[in-house]
Amino acid sequence: MELPLLHLALVGTPNSGKTSLFNALTGSRQKVANYPGVTVERKEGFFVTPLGRQVSVVDLPGTYSLRGRSPDEEITRDFVLGKASGETVPDLVLCVADSTNLRLTIRLLLELKRTGRPMILVLNMFDIANRRGISVDVERLAKELGVPVVTSIAVRKGGTADLLALTDEISAKLAAEPSENNWRALSVAELRATQREADRIISDCVSLPSRPDTWTARIDAIVLHPVGGLIVLALILFVMFQAVFAWAQPLMELLQSGFDALGDAVHATLPEGLVQSFLQNGVISGVGSVIVFLPQIIIIFLFILLLEDFGYMARAAFLMDRIMGGAGLHGRAFIPLLSSFACAIPGIMATRVIDNKRDRLTTILIAPLMTCSARIPVYTLIISAFIPAKDVWGFINLQGLVMFGLYATGIASALAVSFLIKFFMLRDYAPAPFMLELPDYKMPRLKSIAIGVTTRAKMFLHRAGTTIFSMMVLIWFLASFPQPPAGATEPAIDFSLAAIIGKALEPLLAPVGFNWQIAVALIPGMAAREVAVAALGTVYAIEGGKEAAEQIGQVLATKWSLATALSMLAWYIFAPQCASTLAVIRRETGSWGWMAATFGYMLVLAYAASLLTYNVAVALGAG
Amino acid sequence: MTDTHDTRREMPLGLAKRGYTGVIQHLSAKDAGSALSDIELESRLIELGFVEGARVEVLHEGLVGRDPIAVRVDNITIAVRRREAMAIIVA
Ligand SMILES: Nc1nc2c(ncn2[C@@H]2O[C@H](COP(=O)(O)OP(=O)(O)O)[C@@H](O)[C@H]2O)c(=O)[nH]1
Ligand SMILES: [Mg+2]
Repeated sequence: MELPLLHLALVGTPNSGKTSLFNALTGSRQKVANYPGVTVERKEGFFVTPLGRQVSVVDLPGTYSLRGRSPDEEITRDFVLGKASGETVPDLVLCVADSTNLRLTIRLLLELKRTGRPMILVLNMFDIANRRGISVDVERLAKELGVPVVTSIAVRKGGTADLLALTDEISAKLAAEPSENNWRALSVAELRATQREADRIISDCVSLPSRPDTWTARIDAIVLHPVGGLIVLALILFVMFQAVFAWAQPLMELLQSGFDALGDAVHATLPEGLVQSFLQNGVISGVGSVIVFLPQIIIIFLFILLLEDFGYMARAAFLMDRIMGGAGLHGRAFIPLLSSFACAIPGIMATRVIDNKRDRLTTILIAPLMTCSARIPVYTLIISAFIPAKDVWGFINLQGLVMFGLYATGIASALAVSFLIKFFMLRDYAPAPFMLELPDYKMPRLKSIAIGVTTRAKMFLHRAGTTIFSMMVLIWFLASFPQPPAGATEPAIDFSLAAIIGKALEPLLAPVGFNWQIAVALIPGMAAREVAVAALGTVYAIEGGKEAAEQIGQVLATKWSLATALSMLAWYIFAPQCASTLAVIRRETGSWGWMAATFGYMLVLAYAASLLTYNVAVALGAG
Repeated sequence: MTDTHDTRREMPLGLAKRGYTGVIQHLSAKDAGSALSDIELESRLIELGFVEGARVEVLHEGLVGRDPIAVRVDNITIAVRRREAMAIIVA
């Protein structure tokens, strides 16, 4: 008889290696999904044990206790206690510990034992413990704790073999009737007593030579230096944005010529007409113009994942805490905000680590002002069409510099908005505490970075294949119908629905320098920012007729004034053009009101910024 | 007894300078003026390893107001603001 799926859950303090273990066990057999109805990303993966048992494993947010003091810790608690609606209670809890740092995990484990769930203590990072001369009496530890103990090295091939064997052994004799759950929140006195007990067990079973990680100390001497640390942080961000612009270029050109060739091939093989136009202008040039940005999206996620894996993110939060505090933000907001540079959606979800409701709300409201990767296509397109690729001061690429300026403006306005929120709305505000463990630095692991980047790339391509594709079909349809009457001399698009809509909106957008083609592109661009690029591509391609294979950037350079281009850049710093972000804000704040507020304030800012930019540029002679 | 800690005066960790080393004597959340309730603050400090007898060292300070501080607690490093560190009495 086929045994039922065995459900495992990974629980442990932050940075104990849960995600690495998850990756090691499941490889790429993972799926990221949302808890139904709740706000949270849930990662589930599957594998088969050496004895052939089918297993599902869930990676849970790190926590120091089951008290659930922030939304992400509540998930872990609810999952372990089986409170999460529609979820199965885990059959076996893997309590993951950093072997070099057992105090807090052993205390957590003593608390977890009260839940009555079957459990294994996984002494992860055992390689580092060995290197530092830490020795653990595993058998004695298991006896003292009353829980099976196994060592593991999540990042080494075969490093989880013992864990797999033990899982098989234990799952074979799991009792059908789960034991009783006696868990309740610990009082301060119980907490203290539990920590004492944990410390006693550790002193009996673990010998700790006091040999701290000298590398971490050396790096921190520079990276956490009050002044030097901030310079390093600024440098890292600067290199990151230069890389996004400069390194991705050759690959993007390659992709672009690929799509151009494909478009030409379609143009050459199919007869003139609607099908040809649909495939070449709607599908290939539309979706292609978005997929071209894949290299940049990979690079930005690569940087963020590398910094996370290295252990730098907590340092950045430390450095920024008081500086951001001046703008009414919590130090912990730094990581969600930095993630928002990749995409506001994971950024907003990452605010779950902020326990104070007001801090969390402020962070959610400003996260969409961080320049997400979906703006990159828009920025890149306009910058490469209008800003010369020359060097300034001999070594800085002017295009990169403008890009950096756009990012900087986004950051500055986020801080300003946060400051205003604090000043006007959340007056009676006592700063919430900032407490964060600074983990030892670790060499980033190729495998987990690769898995992380691939997951994001897949999500991006999936979006290009669904949302963006359907928007492109819509835009192509609007731009192609109704067809011009026989014998008309104007371009066909002038008779289309798109032109009618665009021209109706034009008076509204004329003050900021947008023409009707931009107005048309902005509508499907509400679904996702990068769609605007594709939409412009389609509109100008259909308008351009035969020369459609021309690159959209060159077309823009001839059709737009510099002032219009700059105004468009300013618009995109602020515009709330992303339906998914708005949906996530609604879900995470649980309120339509906050979603509407975000949409409203961003739209007002966008219009004001464009108006200002356009008029100043025109006054300076760029009109 | 000639242990230096016996002769040192008790003080809150929130006032310690960079390089300070000492041992936690007790926790006193009501002195911290934190936004958290006393029980909550004390629980969190314990959960991060700030318990009586733990050895602490102030490793780093932030730029603005020398805040927050990075504290070595036994063998891990924790960042806290001085305001909350006022609850940790060391000597
Ligand atoms: N040397 C070594 N590094 C590890 C091991 N497990 C995890 N790491 C590293 O520890 C860091 C934190 O791991 P992660 O899985 O993100 O921890 P999580 O916060 O518990 O999910 C990463 O840089 C990993 O590469 C291990 O067994 N040995
Ligand atoms: Mg993790």
